[in-house]
This record gives sequence, C-alpha cells and structure tokens, in this order.
Amino acid sequence: MKPSILNSLNTHILPRFEYFEPKSLGEALELLDKLGPEARILAGGTDLLVKMKTGALRPRYLINIKRISGLRYIRVEEGYLRIGALTTWNDLEESPETALFPALLDAVKQMGGLQIRVMATIAGNLCNASPAADSAPPLLVYDAEVVLASVKGVRVVRLEEFFTGPGRTVMRENEMLVEVKVPLRKGSSAFVKLARTSMDLAIASAAVYAEFEGDVVRDVKIALGSVAPRPLRARRAETAVRGLRIGDPSLMDALQVVKEEVSPITDVRSTAWYRREVSKVLVHDALVKSFERAGGVRA
Amino acid sequence: MRISFKLNGRHVEADVEPNELLINVLRERFGLTSVKYGCGIGECGACTVLVDGRPVLSCLTLAVDVNGREVTTVEGLDREGGLTPIQRALMEEGGIQCGYCTPGFVMVGEYLYRKNRRYSEEEIRSLIRGNLCRCTGYVNIVKAFKKALG
Repeated sequence: MKPSILNSLNTHILPRFEYFEPKSLGEALELLDKLGPEARILAGGTDLLVKMKTGALRPRYLINIKRISGLRYIRVEEGYLRIGALTTWNDLEESPETALFPALLDAVKQMGGLQIRVMATIAGNLCNASPAADSAPPLLVYDAEVVLASVKGVRVVRLEEFFTGPGRTVMRENEMLVEVKVPLRKGSSAFVKLARTSMDLAIASAAVYAEFEGDVVRDVKIALGSVAPRPLRARRAETAVRGLRIGDPSLMDALQVVKEEVSPITDVRSTAWYRREVSKVLVHDALVKSFERAGGVRA
Repeated sequence: MRISFKLNGRHVEADVEPNELLINVLRERFGLTSVKYGCGIGECGACTVLVDGRPVLSCLTLAVDVNGREVTTVEGLDREGGLTPIQRALMEEGGIQCGYCTPGFVMVGEYLYRKNRRYSEEEIRSLIRGNLCRCTGYVNIVKAFKKALG
C-alpha cells in the first residue's frame, strides 16, 4: 500500500532505530558496508524523517553524517562547481557561485520554505529520487555528475544515468553520494516550476540550457520534472527545437514532441492530461527566459 | 545518549533516546511550550526554533543533533523583560489571531532581523511561506514584518 499523510501512523513519534554518528567519511562508509540495506543515511532529514513518521520507511539503522567535517562546501574548481554532500539549499542560496548557474538558482529560490532550505541538502534531494525533485532538472541540463563513494572506492555517474525510477537510483546499498559536480558552461539557462504554491511539490517543471546565435537556438538541453517516473532529459525535444528561432510560431509546434516524450501520472496535484499539455508550455517558457537572460529580445 | 547544549543562553544537559525529536525534548523536558506541534511533517513552521542562529523545524530534528549546539526558542528572546522588534510589531499590527502559529513566525522574524538588513514586501512574503497561519491572518502578519524589517 502506498503510504500517505492520510494513513500516517503518528507524526509525534519516530519509530526506534539503532543510531550511529560517524566522525569521518571512512567510518561512515564502513558502517554502510557492514549494515547494508537496513541502514539509511541521515543528512537534512526533511524527507527521511517524514517517511519514517508516515511509515513509508522503517530503517533499522540510521547513520547520521552531519558530524563529519569537510562534506559541506561549494567550490569552483577545474571547470566545475562542486557541491558537498552536506551542502544545504540555503548554502547555495547565499553563495555567489550559484549565480553562475541561473537555472539552479531559479530552483533554489523556489524550493520549499526557508526552514526546509536551511535544513535540506542538495545531495539528499537527489538521493530521495523523487520525480519532482527541484534540483534535478537544472542539474540535468548542466550535465552534472554525482560522485558515489563506498569502501571499495569512488565512481562518478552522470546524473542522467543516476535515476532509475520513483525513489530509485543506481546507487548500491553500500554507496553514499559524496559530491555533485556541475560543469561550468558559457550558455544561458532557466528553470520554470508550476505548483499551487512554491511550498508545494511541482505539478510539472522544466529546465533549459541553451546557446543562441542571434535568436536562433543552437546548442540546447531540456529536462523536465514531475512528468515521468524519473526526472527526464527530453532529447527528442532538444533535436526538434535546435535551429529554430525564438518567437517563431513553429517553435511551439516543434515542442509538441514533448507530449510524446513525457509519461505523466494523475495524482492529487494534477491529471496526467494536464501535465502532458503544460509540459511543452513550460519548456517554451524556460527557453524564452534563457533567451532573455542571454540578452535576447523577442521579435 | 547524553547530550549537552546551550538552551536560551543557559548550558543544559539531557539524556535522550536517538529517536527523540527536538520538539518533544524542548516541550516535555524543558517546559518550553512556545514550541508548537503543528503538522509534524515540515509543512507548517509552527515548531521553528533557531539552532546556531538558523531557523529549523524542531519536529524534523533529532534531539541528538543539537549536541554541542545553541538552541533558541521564544522563551529565550526577551531582552531584559522587553519584547523583540518582531514581537512588538506583531502586537501593534494585530498580527495574531489564535496565536498557535505565532512562535514560529517570531523565530523566523528574529532570524531575519538579526541579519541586519531590510526586506521588501515580496521578499518577506517569500521568506514566511514556510509558516502557515490557518486563521489566515497573513495581511497583518506581513504588515508587522514590514514594520520591523522593511
């Protein structure tokens, strides 16, 4: 049965678990390796503890990584923005480096309330792997990578290959996401989110990264949230709009392909039909917004 | 697990279970009933307290997580018996109806006030979106915030 707030157990009390507070990354990875599938990593806690309260998750072991130093940073190095596992949304909001990634900054500003942004981490948002994760579409259009560590070593996975389904990723049971790497790019970008209120999860969202030549779309990357089992890179839409002009009526016609590329569901926030219809409009809006940010004026 | 932390300027200690939530420890062990239980899932902001000066939801914070940190609730705000600028503004503007959401608004307001800058109405509305008032008394709350922070 799919748990919801309506059949929640008791939000005053958290079920029991065995608690670990490693002081180093090495110690955390060893614990994770030893405790296996019944262990969960606690960082911001804004998803995990809610899932534990509602009964959606009942981990036997909790590994709190917040006492590990050196996991909370935002650095621009070797052509990448590097975001640590414990870096919060509010850290990004207050960091001048985030302005280099306007679509990400758009998402940061619209995500949750102040308290959630102060507590929640970017890494946690990705690991929770909600199709509605606000950080995912912007990071997808920047071709971000995630660094996964285990006792065996480190591997780097492209974010596009990271998500496998709702709440599911390619992470192995003994792996922890330790860093998000976002390549610096010269083009323009934007993120647009449709939700009842910005506190709410997205009905649908779209991120665009684009390079323009005059008003012609050249290199373009498109990603969507809340319209597929996982955050979606819309490659067919990218091919369809490449070479078209902003302001040209054929642009919206070309974006009809988005309707075929998405596979939305009906839930409390929206119907599948509406999500399908609105997706192409959001992509269009994000494209125009990035064009305007690039200094372009619509004809 | 034994934890020690600074609570409203005072050094305190407590024995807590790993699954105990900060809100329950503050209310039940320390009698700080300004901290309100609203939704319990991070939607309403009624349980907001400051941890190391930042606004966090005490219903989604493990008590063990404040070990060695500094926690401030409304009870710790009185300035030699006086009210804070946010509290005074909320009173003057009538930004209080049933009062249940008020402590959460006061803590967010205090955090913003301590940043020592001015905020536009648009910024204020965005920054308090994590605090719900189910009496829907937002107009006067926003007026109060503008008075103290604008």
